[in-house]
Amino acid sequence: MIKARVTVTLKNGVLDPQGKAIEGALGTLGFSGVGAVRQGKVFDIELESADRAKAEAELKSMCEKLLANTVIENYSVTLI
Amino acid sequence: MKSAVILLPGLNRDRDMIAALTKISGKPPVTVWQTETEIPDVDLIVIPGGFSYGDYLRCGAIAARKPVMRTVAEKAAKGVPVIGVCNGFQILLEAGLLPGALMRNTSLKFVCREVNLEVANANTLFTRNYAPGQIIRTPVAHHDGNYFADPETLARIEGEGQVVFRYAEGTNPNGSMNDIAGVMSEGGNVLGIMPHPEDLIEAAHGGIDGRPLFESALGLAKAA
Repeated sequence: MIKARVTVTLKNGVLDPQGKAIEGALGTLGFSGVGAVRQGKVFDIELESADRAKAEAELKSMCEKLLANTVIENYSVTLI
Repeated sequence: MKSAVILLPGLNRDRDMIAALTKISGKPPVTVWQTETEIPDVDLIVIPGGFSYGDYLRCGAIAARKPVMRTVAEKAAKGVPVIGVCNGFQILLEAGLLPGALMRNTSLKFVCREVNLEVANANTLFTRNYAPGQIIRTPVAHHDGNYFADPETLARIEGEGQVVFRYAEGTNPNGSMNDIAGVMSEGGNVLGIMPHPEDLIEAAHGGIDGRPLFESALGLAKAA
């Protein structure tokens, strides 16, 4: 079995109102020197395959077709 | 005139949409469940608003991958008019039938109020019964209506007249780029709109500003 972690983040230039709100809340809590905060998503996925190259290709396809909206988001795939 | 309404779990504006289409077209629309792969021959397909699949992953993301949406895409490619309202707009974007994306409102708050819309392009299948630049009233009710497109896409849709409705000056409720409230496809037969025109179609609603949109799309003359 292969375990993978897919990370989806907003592209540069896409406004992230939630990240901004978190940034503000960190400041309220007294954390000084916090730069920009961007919120993203993490998916931990288990695959039955043992073929790492094939798994990676399949995970990328999953990102393109569903996990990320490539109009606004980037993704990265890491096999654990 | 025949119409169809697409049904998905979590949509909740379908009843109003069915009532509006029934009143305007004179007969009830056929309803098509998400697992269906066939949609009867109709003059208009509508995807109503709500919270399909609980807005899981991204608004409209799961719904856009359901079997019925493949058929909607095929019908759209053949030129059948398609309207997506609110969550329906999000679904059409996620399905790749319209350009851009809808992000969380900049206020981070759910907005539920009436706004004014400007008819930005009255020369479309969906707006021919409005006057150019006409200001109409419509209710909005959404959390993710903040329209985004990359600079190239934005320039293209503005240049091609694909921006059909804008929030009138001072009423943008969500931070949408260029005050965009509704866009259409390059082919001009798919419209996504964030506000709810189906909720202003008869006197009992307090106005009929949304009615010409459906009359236009159904090829009906403007009601007197």
